[in-house]
Amino acid sequence: MCTTCGCSKGAGTVITDPETGERIETPAEEESGAAREPGSWRQVAGGAAGVSVAAHLHARAHRHAHAAHVHEHDGHVHSHEHIHEQEAAIAAAVHGTTITLEQDLLAKNQLLAEHNRGWLASRHITALNLVSSPGAGKTTLLERTIRDLRDLQSAQIIQVIEGDQATLNDAERIRATGCRVVQINTGTGCHLDAGMVSRALAQLDPPSHAWLMIENVGNLVCPALFDLGEQAKVVILSVTEGEDKPLKYPHMFRASRLMLLSKIDLLPHLRFDVARCIAYARQVNPSIEVLQVSAQTGEGMKGWYAWLETVALAEAGETVRQGARGAAAGSY
Amino acid sequence: MHELSIANSVVELCAERAMGARVLRVTLEIGRLSAVTPDAIRFCFDVCAKDTLLEGAALEIVETPGLARCLDCGASVEMTDLLARCACGSVNLELLAGSELKIKQMEVV
Repeated sequence: MCTTCGCSKGAGTVITDPETGERIETPAEEESGAAREPGSWRQVAGGAAGVSVAAHLHARAHRHAHAAHVHEHDGHVHSHEHIHEQEAAIAAAVHGTTITLEQDLLAKNQLLAEHNRGWLASRHITALNLVSSPGAGKTTLLERTIRDLRDLQSAQIIQVIEGDQATLNDAERIRATGCRVVQINTGTGCHLDAGMVSRALAQLDPPSHAWLMIENVGNLVCPALFDLGEQAKVVILSVTEGEDKPLKYPHMFRASRLMLLSKIDLLPHLRFDVARCIAYARQVNPSIEVLQVSAQTGEGMKGWYAWLETVALAEAGETVRQGARGAAAGSY
Repeated sequence: MHELSIANSVVELCAERAMGARVLRVTLEIGRLSAVTPDAIRFCFDVCAKDTLLEGAALEIVETPGLARCLDCGASVEMTDLLARCACGSVNLELLAGSELKIKQMEVV
């Protein structure tokens, strides 16, 4: 499943294109990104291959140990295993070599995310990573957004990558709006990662200047750590949840540029303190933007569309600036 | 449960660099504000290390404290979690340390 992730072992990711019915399954072994040839990391140490100088020294220590210590006491022979254990510890003390790594644990995902970001920028695509707890209304928000923009005669193309552990339900809902969508099923995985999105992008093949909505797995914890190559994370918090969610899951609210308070049509029936919720969000992320929306009644949705325009314009501006810099550099 | 992902990442990265040598000890640096729980990493590490060059390796975790600079008054703020405030009351803080998530070193034979 994910390139940084072991939570997928035994259950590979499946990417489904509901339009063609095409399924791309990635076996768990291949996805680890590890070499499978003899001597690769999955091979148990002590196996025949992958002998480094250090391992060679270690082996010599063993042989030496056997020669020095195997002898009889009253007809009893010391077991090799016993000696192995003892001598392995001695060998470790003698030959232990410290290798300084200073390597970021999420480096692999980060590299793939930057690759996605470059690919999206080259097509002038604005990509957003939509995160929330399960049931906050991500898919409903997208359905409404796609339909509204079409009704507003917008020429803007929207495409969607759906992430869920299982089922094609969300992809089918998006597809019913006439929007192009690819579903990623993570199997046992609790978040999307950059590798999965990279494969989904290859399948989706979004056109230039499209808006790409990546609906992450419903989870306010893990997706905060995994960059997918998006311009911004948008966290959706429905008013049927507690207003202290930003305090309970500070990493996610800190990582997001926008908080969408959804289902505000239900506010009259709830004891949800909007002002307090926003104050909590700003406590963990003073620069977070906040919009209040209802995908049922349409209230506040225009603000969301205006926000999308702003992000897309900023992205276009950035691309133009980069292009200008490239041109200036090329003129020398 | 992203700690399982992270633990597997540790095993994968170390085993690649070990070039076939057995790994005896791995040292990680995990910031207190990194959203990763050291205990959960320890729990997952042995499972992920099984049948690899890291099987039986000791795992050492250095936890680095969170530190921020207040963007309003300039004071240094010790961050025990992401909800910390500056003594001046501001939450406008720039994180300087505490979000590390690194493999520092490993010991091989």
